[in-house]
Amino acid sequence: MTRSVAAGTGIRLRYPPLRLAAAVAVALLALVPLGYVVAGVVAAGGVVVDLVWRPRVGELLRNTVVLVALGTAACAAVGTAAAWLVERTDLPARPLWTGLMAAPLAVPAFVNSFGWYSLSSSFAGLGAAVLVTTLSYYPLVYLPVAAVLRGTDPAFEEMSRALGNGPWSTFVRVVLPQLRPALLGGALLVGLHLLAEFGALQSLRFDTFTTAIYDQYQSTFDGTGATALAGVLVLLCLLLLTGELSLAGRARVARLGAGTARRPTRHHLGRATPLAAGGLALLAAAALGVPLACIGYWLATSTSTAFPAGDLIRAAGTSVTLALAGAAVTTALALPVAWLVVRRRGWLSRAVERSTYVGNSLPGIVVALALITVAIRYLPGLYQTTVMLIAAYAVLFMPRAMVSLRASLEQAPPELDDVSRALGVGPAGSLLRVTLPLVARGLGAGSALVFLAVVTELTSTLLLAPIGTRTLATQFWSQSTSIHYGAAAPYALLMILISAPAAYLLTRRSRQEADR
Amino acid sequence: MRHVLRPLIAAAAVFALAACGSSEDPAVTAPPAETTLVLYNAQHEEVGQAWADGFTAKTGIKVELRNGSDFELANQIVAEGAASPADVFITENSPAMSLVSSKDLFAPVDAGTKAQVPPQYSSSKGDWVGVAARATVFVYNTTTVPEAELPASILDLAKPEWKDRFGISPSGADFQAIVSAVYALQGDAAGAAWLQGVKDNAKIYRGNSTIMKAANDGEVPGGVIYHYYWYGDQADGGANSAKTKLHFFGNQDPGAFVSVSGGGVLTSSKHAAQAQQFLAYMTGADGQKLLADSTALEYTVGAGVAANAKLTPLAELGAPTVDLNALNGPKIVAEMQRVGLL
Repeated sequence: MTRSVAAGTGIRLRYPPLRLAAAVAVALLALVPLGYVVAGVVAAGGVVVDLVWRPRVGELLRNTVVLVALGTAACAAVGTAAAWLVERTDLPARPLWTGLMAAPLAVPAFVNSFGWYSLSSSFAGLGAAVLVTTLSYYPLVYLPVAAVLRGTDPAFEEMSRALGNGPWSTFVRVVLPQLRPALLGGALLVGLHLLAEFGALQSLRFDTFTTAIYDQYQSTFDGTGATALAGVLVLLCLLLLTGELSLAGRARVARLGAGTARRPTRHHLGRATPLAAGGLALLAAAALGVPLACIGYWLATSTSTAFPAGDLIRAAGTSVTLALAGAAVTTALALPVAWLVVRRRGWLSRAVERSTYVGNSLPGIVVALALITVAIRYLPGLYQTTVMLIAAYAVLFMPRAMVSLRASLEQAPPELDDVSRALGVGPAGSLLRVTLPLVARGLGAGSALVFLAVVTELTSTLLLAPIGTRTLATQFWSQSTSIHYGAAAPYALLMILISAPAAYLLTRRSRQEADR
Repeated sequence: MRHVLRPLIAAAAVFALAACGSSEDPAVTAPPAETTLVLYNAQHEEVGQAWADGFTAKTGIKVELRNGSDFELANQIVAEGAASPADVFITENSPAMSLVSSKDLFAPVDAGTKAQVPPQYSSSKGDWVGVAARATVFVYNTTTVPEAELPASILDLAKPEWKDRFGISPSGADFQAIVSAVYALQGDAAGAAWLQGVKDNAKIYRGNSTIMKAANDGEVPGGVIYHYYWYGDQADGGANSAKTKLHFFGNQDPGAFVSVSGGGVLTSSKHAAQAQQFLAYMTGADGQKLLADSTALEYTVGAGVAANAKLTPLAELGAPTVDLNALNGPKIVAEMQRVGLL
């Protein structure tokens, strides 16, 4: 459908040169870490084979693949089930659940992991790793899925039921296909995060490629072993990216006009209500209660507990400023790429879009060293300035903006752009007056997701920020590595507090859209 | 439309402001004679900051800190090369110093500074000196390990009776130093047998606090850690160490290894004289006194200043003699990769 429209008009270039140039520039920035890894592997030569071909790497490969598979599946299942319960059933106190289900996004994954690990040292291994990462990342699936469930026309489901499908078969054959782009986008984000996850796994005695890369750097102080492992990690990332692509399908999900959809019907839970409410309460307690209780415990028992108001406010101010700038720049950079991949389908736009995901799947230290190496050689004037730090955030967190923008662009009918152009509005005018308002939700959601990620970013902030920069994440790290848990706790608490508005915004944005 | 643009414009404005704020070089507003040193600090921030503040108070020379961990900042300095903005680098453990030293990025240390630190705590190349030290210890749960059963030597941990009964953090600098010492003292064949035994017996953790907490929880009876995690936790309320004690191997046992935190001046420093002055201050009586009085509970190494009174004195630890420049040598790393500890 979209394809025929694009081909049929014939009045415009397949790839508008300015937009293509912008998108390619963004992709090149995002590919800096990949280039660094490839250059490292090439420079190391034959040694890499010996470093990769050993039993330990087989073990890491198995662990990483299993964690990504189970963690992503668990996030998809938990996120979809929670979204369905909140949006499509007559569960009482819906506004409360809407807020609670998105709130874990405000809790940094490493704080969540500390909380669980504090309960017992036997909290370790694959099960612990899957549990903690699921509790931290299921909202990445929940939010887009809930938004779609809230917005879809119930007529499709009614038709399915009228044609004799049961409720379960209707869910699988009618609802699930509509959820597919949102679900896959969220699952892709979770998968990429799991490939690069370090903070949440460091105490859980479960080694993946990323934790092993940190160990290699820490112990050998020589990039070769780490680079060899990063090379394998890149291959896994490419596998994930092509996998998502082949699952995504090409079905059109855009519809013209928002006015015709009715409010979705709500399934009657009946006697299952306490079970459903209990399940969601358990989820919230596990994802929010445990880390918050841990922070409270530190504050209460540690002798180093202190609230240095000036330091806390300055660090919070810096974190908010950097996160806002990071969110704005990253989302702006993602826009031309998202537009290209949705509106001009083809191998080139696909390749450009897929390039922007790689940075998110590599360990923070690899991305930081790649940018250091490039900046000190080619852009010494920008080295360790805010500009460079924001560029690092963009490389690291572009997928969060990309997935959100892509989804909302796919829902916006391309015909509206055509109408605007046919009425004599230029390309820039169409972009500003038609496309951008249509993807406002995607811009907001993408920015909020990037904001949340920047608040907890550590490695790049330490190495690339202007000297003297102190954020909540760096001060939490500094205090906790000095074994001053009570002094670290207020920084963790503030990270959650400044993240809460962004998490709340994510639930509200989609609500307004649905209520329009 | 407006509701889309407004937050974007606001964010762009904030971004621009932040960029302006950061590019405001103190040198522009201050008199040109004033120098500001850049310290790449991989030590605990409180230690690095205390030294910086003490030095500024004494000399008027400002010091700015970039904090990070040993491997992050050492690799960053190597990547920066001659263009590094850092004047001085201090670490938690010596292998990070060795990495920078191996790339010839450290300038020779002033003779006066070298004289303040005993030679066993400094680089034999003369390009960095010790600024602090930490001792390897065996932390054990007092209810699950009777004192009589404590290992007399770290070599005992490869014996069958210690199967699954202790934790190690093999990526830590101390563990590799211990492996180096075992190979040096026992020979390659016995060293390799011991390493395989430890690999089979040990529970693998990442980081010293994790091992100590596991021992405290009774998850594992004991483990190999640095002393200051235990003293630090005791001082912070003891939540993760109350049920444990420390056992010192002593007797020049490989397990009694003392790891050195180093400090050096970079060849790329544009304020070499002041940077050398700062290094002299950290290792001198004033700097070492600050360290002894701090809550970091690390050992002093310079100017004959005694360590914090809570600690067992360094001289009584019976540390083995280890060549600091040979730690994490390619052979040890290859051996650890061979048995699968890395």
